[in-house]
Order: sequence, then structure tokens, then C-alpha cells
Amino acid sequence: MEEILKVEGLSKTFTLSRKQQKIERTTAKRKVAVDNLTFSAARGEIFGLLGPNGAGKTTTLRMLSTLIKPDSGDAVLDGCSVVRQPEEVRGKIGFLTSELKLEDFFTPNYLFDFFSQLHGVDPNTTAARKERMFKRFGIDKFAEVKVANLSTGMKQKLSLVISLVHDPEVIIFDEPTNGLDVLTARTVTDYLQELRGEGKTIILSTHIFSLVERLCDRVGIIIDGRLVACGALSEICNGLTIEDRFFELYKEVKGGEE
Amino acid sequence: MKSNTWTIIKKEFARFFGDRQLLFTTVIMPGLLIYIIYSLMGTGIQSMITKGAGEVVTMRVENMPESMAPLFGAMDSSLVVVQQPVTEADIAMLEDKELNAVLVRFPEGFDELVIGKCEVEREALPNVEIYYNSTNNAASRVYMAVSTMLGNYGRTFTVNVPQVEGQRFDQATDDSIGAMIWSKILPMLIMMMLFSGVMAIAPSSIAGEKERGTIATLLVTPMKRNELALGKIVSLSGIALLSGISSFIGIALSLPKMVGMDEGVDLGFHYTTSDYVALLLVILASVLIMASAVSLLSALAKDVKNAGTMVTPFMLVVMLAGLLPMFQDGASANLAVYLIPFYNGIEVMTAVFSHELEWTPVVVTMASDVVYTGIAVWALTRLFNSEKVMFSK
Repeated sequence: MEEILKVEGLSKTFTLSRKQQKIERTTAKRKVAVDNLTFSAARGEIFGLLGPNGAGKTTTLRMLSTLIKPDSGDAVLDGCSVVRQPEEVRGKIGFLTSELKLEDFFTPNYLFDFFSQLHGVDPNTTAARKERMFKRFGIDKFAEVKVANLSTGMKQKLSLVISLVHDPEVIIFDEPTNGLDVLTARTVTDYLQELRGEGKTIILSTHIFSLVERLCDRVGIIIDGRLVACGALSEICNGLTIEDRFFELYKEVKGGEE
Repeated sequence: MKSNTWTIIKKEFARFFGDRQLLFTTVIMPGLLIYIIYSLMGTGIQSMITKGAGEVVTMRVENMPESMAPLFGAMDSSLVVVQQPVTEADIAMLEDKELNAVLVRFPEGFDELVIGKCEVEREALPNVEIYYNSTNNAASRVYMAVSTMLGNYGRTFTVNVPQVEGQRFDQATDDSIGAMIWSKILPMLIMMMLFSGVMAIAPSSIAGEKERGTIATLLVTPMKRNELALGKIVSLSGIALLSGISSFIGIALSLPKMVGMDEGVDLGFHYTTSDYVALLLVILASVLIMASAVSLLSALAKDVKNAGTMVTPFMLVVMLAGLLPMFQDGASANLAVYLIPFYNGIEVMTAVFSHELEWTPVVVTMASDVVYTGIAVWALTRLFNSEKVMFSK
């Protein structure tokens, strides 16, 4: 299969403030968030980054989406380097995370048009895509309602739709079902499978084992910023469930510490 | 202009004009409030000045000197002069406002004591006592008139009393006096109004977007960071300019009431088209540089509250710069002064309002402010690129 994402030696270290040192219960002034990460994803597959909170999943995805710069290493996405060609990379990806918010003041209609313009989508394509996606997610009835007045689930669906206004080849989702009610979560996961069917590549991070089992073609297990296993589920599980395999690896890395 | 910059400008304008409350508080309210407050103040001042006009006041004079009688008789027609002793009871009644009068007590034999005496014997001079209640406007006016009359009477010569009708001693024209006043007051007022406009929206435009998490949504689009920076600064300048114009209209409409111009007083507010063009250009340049500076501070701030705290000292500096024309005689001739951001705008406005407009300082001001704005766009672009600034909590 054609490789669309190639990550090589990606690393990121953060300087900890005193407040962060207290939260992390450490005296260390620096924290290695991502350590020499190398993996790849093929066109038309769902690749999952599985790991506990603080493992470095979000930092990895933020580097892939060019929101933050890696200290070393690089990732090439559909032929463009996240380090040297960040603007081109941003044009090829759809990025969705709970930290990305939409302005409460505007309506879904306005926001779809606004972000389409920023992505350089022509007005006719925008109109057709908006009609199709709003209908698909039931946003059409609320197209002229301000975001502030939408339900949480509807806001999440709108965020998803907005991240895809330009029909990107690679979709990066950080914890795609976090904070969603069961109905919205199902709508999102169904849509991810639909996108895979259309040949899109999806990179998602999660700590939910069932989600990995249900969605992912390949998975990378990340603990303390390091990739400890990577491959197809059948390859890394050795007949175990993904949950059992994860805890086995976790114990190996942490040496029994919680 | 780059299309993404224009898209950002349109979005900022849509946000601003779509929010009726924000529109009201930023554009309509400043002008309206200034108009109402200044008009009320003007009306109040005028009424204080004219209150009591035409009211008949009694003046009791004890021991009226023969030499003074004709002078008192020639005073205001609304004054009734009565020769009558002034008692302590009368003075007490003045304090209790039970008596509407001015009480004048001359020493006995005033004329004999005064005529032929020289002022050097001041300690031996007789004293004239004038009792009145200053809370009564009419009585205050009479007191002023009598004390001035007596003051002049005591002199052996007069100064600057016109000998023919229309004779002027101050050779400054009404226009130049007005220009001097306007050049000291208006630059600061205009800068303050423009700055208030910037202050009303800039903190929430960038720091607010950081706080709400909407800036990250913009930063993951392929738009260049400098397009975002330019779009933010230009849109903020436009909105701040509207707020400044609103305040300016408020002042322009209320000024005649404030200073009595609508009562026929000419305050020398006469300016040419060139003056207005220069003023408009320098206002545009000033607002651009203000929006740039406040945008930078707003980008550095963690949230809107923090942005407000950071911008306040900066506003005080602009206010202080606005006060400087009050202590100087016209605009500076040194071109280097026009390279100092903010202060250059104040200097050009001072020149415009004092009828000393020269175009070289205007051009230097415009050019330097455009360069500073360019530097600010570059710096803001760097801040948008800085993960530490954009995403640190």
C-alpha cells in the first residue's frame, strides 16, 4: 500500500514551569514528551496511537498538524515536510482535537464558508460540500443558529465537519470520541469508517481499547513518549486482546510501577 | 491585499457588526455619552453664568461718600442703591439667606481720608467693607462690579481702558487664540478617543481567541501567519477608527454647547481642507500604530484580563505624551521628533490645530508609522508562530 505518512525520529522536550513541576510531582526542569518516534501510515488506513494520559499522543499529533515544531526528526505527509513546509501540510490535513474551538458568535453556515475560504475551496464546491455534510450530520436544521446555542453534541459534530471543509487526504483526530454522548460518538466512528472507505487516511489517538479494536487497521502503542510496539493488531497482540497486550507492554516499560 | 487577510478582516468585521451590544458600546455609546455629558456640562456652566441675570439686587451703603455717589448711581439698572446703615443683624441675615442684598460700609469721612493721599501710606488707608453671600449669583456679580469700581477709583492711573471704540491692546487674533487653545487640548483628546476604541476590542480579539481556544482552529488552516497578523491589525484599526470617529462627532456636536459657541461666541475653529486632510492621514497612521502595539500585547497576554492589565500602563504613556503640547509653544521643528511613534501623531495634530501645518512632518509621521506597523506585523507573525506564546497556560 502507498505510504502517505512517514514519521522519522520525531522528538519533543518541554521545559516545565514550577506549576507544572508540582503537577507532575518532579523536580526535573525538562520533560521528554516524545522520544525518537518512528512510524508510518498507508493511504486508506486508520492508524491508532494508543497510550495512557501523558504518554505523548497529543504532542505527536500536534507536531503532525504543525501546531508545534519538533526538536528533532521530521514527518513527511503526502510529500510535504511538517518542519519545512508547514503551510502545505496544513492544506492536506484535517485536524480535530477538543482544544480547537469554534467561535460561539457565528453560525455553522458562516463558519463553514469562512474556513472553506481560508482553505481556498471555490464557492461552488463549498456550497455542495456544505449541503452534503450538514445533511449527513443533521446540522442543516441548525445552520443559522449561533454556535453558542447549539448542544454539546452538535458542536462536536460541527467541529468535525469544519475540520473537513477542504476534503483532506489525511485526517488527524485526537481522542475523537472524548466527551461525546454515545449517539454522537457512534456517528463519529461510523463516519471515520466511511472516510476510510473513501480512501482517506486517519491518524487517531485514544486510550480506549475497544475503539482501537473496532476501528484501527494498525496501531502504535506509546508509553512515556516512546513507541513500544507498532503494527497490525494481529501482529502486536500475539493472540491476546489489545488490552492485555497493552498492560503486558506497560509492565515491561515501567517495571511494575503504576 | 492577500485574500486570506481580507477573509480575516471580513470575519472580524462580521463579528463586530453582528454583535449589537459590542457595536453599541464601542461605536455608538462613546459619541452619544460624550455628546450628552458635554452638553449637560455646557448647559450647566451657561446656566451658572447667566443665573441671576436681570434679578434686582439691593445695595445698602453706609456713609456714602460724596465722591462715590455718582459712580454708584451709574451702575447696573438692576441695582437699587439705598443709603442706610449696615447692622450686624443685616450681616447675619445675609448668612441665613434671609436678605438678598450687598452691604457696603464706608468709614466716616471717607473722602477726607482718601483724597490727596498716596498709596505708600497703605496701612493708614481707610477700609471699605463689602458684605455679600457668594452663593447668590446676582449678589456675586454686584460684589465683583463694586470691588472693581473701588479698585479703579483708588488708582492714580488706568491701564488698557479703550479710548476709542474697538481699540485692541492684545494683538493676537481670535483665530490664533482659538488655535492655541485647540492645539493644546484636541491632540490629547483625539489620541485618547482612538486609544479607547483600540482598547475596547483588541484585547478580546487576540487574547480572547487564545482564551477561548479559537485561535488554534485558525492556526491549523493553511493561511500564512503574516496574513493572520495583518488581517487582525487592519480590522482592529478600522473598528477603532469608527469608535474614534463616533467620539469625534460627539465632541464636535457638543463643543458649541460646552463653550457657548451657540450663544454667538467665536472660538476660532477655522481650518482649511489641507488641515483636515492632514488630520485624517495622521489619525489613520496613529490608529494603525496603536492597533499594532495593543495587538502585540494582546498576543503576549494569557487571557483578556491579563491583556487589559498589560495595556493599561501603555495607555498612561500615550496620555502623558498627549499632555506634552500643553507645555510647549507649537509643534516641534525637529524632524527626528516625527519618528517617535504616538508622539509624532500628537505633534502633527498640534501643528494642524495651531495653523502651522507643514507637509514634511506629516509625510515623515506617515512613513515611520507604516514602517512600525510593518515591524509589528512581523513581530505578531512570530508570536503566532511561537507555540510557547500561543499555547502556554
